[in-house]
Amino acid sequence: MPATLIAEQVLNGLQFGVMLFLMSAGLTLVFGVMGLINLAHGSLYMIGAFACAAVVSATGSFWLGLAASLAAAAAAGALVEVTLMRRLYQRGHLDQVLVTFALILVFSEGIRWVFGAFPLYLDIPPLLAGTVPLPGGLDYPLYRLVIIAAGLTVAAGLFQLVSRTRLGMRIRAGESDREMIAAIGVNIRALYTAVFALGAALAGFAGAVIGSITSVEVGMGEPVLILAFVVIVIGGIGSIKGALVGAILVGVTDTMGRLLLPALFATFLEPADAAATGASLASMLIYLLMALVLFLRPGGLFGKAA
Amino acid sequence: MTPRLASTAVVLLLLAVPLAGTILNEPWLITLATRVAILGLAGVGLNLVLGYGGMVSLGHAAYFGIGGYVAGILAHHALEGHPLMAWPVALGGTDSMIVIWLVAIVCGALLALLIGSLSLRTTGVYFIMITLAFAQMIYYFTISWPAYGGEDGLPIYVRNSLFGLDTMDPMTFFMIVFVVLVIVIFLVSRVVQSNFGLALNAVRQNEARVRSVGIGGFRIRLVAFVMSGAITALAGALFVDLNRFVSPSMLSWHTSGEIMIFVILGGVARLWGPIAGAALYVFLEQVLGSMTEHWQFWVGLLLIVVVLHARGGIMGFTSGRHSHGG
Repeated sequence: MPATLIAEQVLNGLQFGVMLFLMSAGLTLVFGVMGLINLAHGSLYMIGAFACAAVVSATGSFWLGLAASLAAAAAAGALVEVTLMRRLYQRGHLDQVLVTFALILVFSEGIRWVFGAFPLYLDIPPLLAGTVPLPGGLDYPLYRLVIIAAGLTVAAGLFQLVSRTRLGMRIRAGESDREMIAAIGVNIRALYTAVFALGAALAGFAGAVIGSITSVEVGMGEPVLILAFVVIVIGGIGSIKGALVGAILVGVTDTMGRLLLPALFATFLEPADAAATGASLASMLIYLLMALVLFLRPGGLFGKAA
Repeated sequence: MTPRLASTAVVLLLLAVPLAGTILNEPWLITLATRVAILGLAGVGLNLVLGYGGMVSLGHAAYFGIGGYVAGILAHHALEGHPLMAWPVALGGTDSMIVIWLVAIVCGALLALLIGSLSLRTTGVYFIMITLAFAQMIYYFTISWPAYGGEDGLPIYVRNSLFGLDTMDPMTFFMIVFVVLVIVIFLVSRVVQSNFGLALNAVRQNEARVRSVGIGGFRIRLVAFVMSGAITALAGALFVDLNRFVSPSMLSWHTSGEIMIFVILGGVARLWGPIAGAALYVFLEQVLGSMTEHWQFWVGLLLIVVVLHARGGIMGFTSGRHSHGG
């Protein structure tokens, strides 16, 4: 197997992981601060992608589309938080699961109603099209490199936000004691809405960026949502650092598993059998990774004990 | 209405619909009632952990699907005449419902034992995410494993056989499913009233206190989880016989969500609740589905209203008592 192929797949895994981080960061923040499990986080990803596609087809500008994806997802997140989620913070997890599952039905059908059942396609902006020669003779798509860079920048910004700013201080205070920060006069309702909208905007951004590589369609957020859950279980609930490490671990493991496992089995099985066995095992690999982490550290790599 | 009366009403309704279908010569009504009974049975399995045990499993599609694949694979091998495996013991397929049910129950129980012993080490939101993730793992496995149809699924053409009955006759098949359902609900009612059931209920309410009197909470919950997986797997096997088709969509996480919706709509921790819930869901699917192709939009809105405002579900509502689950 050529080294450039492996290097390319490592980069693809990194890009996948960085996007998973954007999804997981919002989920883990919302869980850490409000104690809410939000299954509809994948719908916010989808809303971001559709908003981007709609604005791009109307204006022709990818950058306006990207801004629209952030705005639309944040607005949808804030709206949902104010109208529904607020009533759920005091309820059990079962009610949260049910209401947010119902929200998925509403959002998915709603989008299908407006945009129709066919997938939309987003083009990569011309500025970012093409490939870049990397050392070692690998030509890698510029767009994916930019995604990696953008994702890492957002991650760094998020760390700064949480550790250095007043909002971040309140978020951390909210994680450790909700009642107390309300008692000392922080407007807890506004804080919750802000955290929810921030998480939603990150998801919407991820949706728009990934929508340009794949396609924009109803239900696109759900596989990503479940992977984000795996990331959070591995990293530990409420930990942004855990989400970053978990996301990159999942992204790289999944991508490399799909490349290497069939090749590994081909060394001692018939080619057809090897491809089938390798592919099915590769599709299970990250869940096995999750099981392993769970077995060794039930609270996740960076979490408190569950 | 007392709970007993509400349960009787559900049973009578479940019997009345296929009867009406026979009299009016509308066999699709019988099939619809069979679907309700089978989906309700899957809910009965989930209810044991969710309602009585307070464990929010969002991965019951895994057991439903494994039961389905047991039925599909055994019937497929019986039909094709290929042995299931030649080594270390020669095993063939079968078209006997009894054998298929037993294998489905055992496989569902084993899978639940495996998943449960890992996921029950955690609680709360971790438990929800982990059960969901493991179900998703099996879903992707069935999609990428080509031997039994992969993404396309596996048709089995004829229903499996039971005591020489004509299982292709809709009414006969409905009665088979109904009898299985009644037996399972009877067994579950015995379990719930037994010492084990009391302990399970106590673990849900206050695990620390249960531990302090010397009962292991983990073991109680794991046993309930295994029984629950076995029941839902049995429902999966019946579902495949109904449709004569098994596909990965049985394992998708929407299925897990739907099974949970049956339990909630019907009212948690009520024996016949999931059947009432499944009936309402199938009814909505038919009625709203005939009016608009976007029926799921309205089901979603309705579900939000039910969760926020009508906690007891149908059974809680009709018997004027609110549920104690959640």
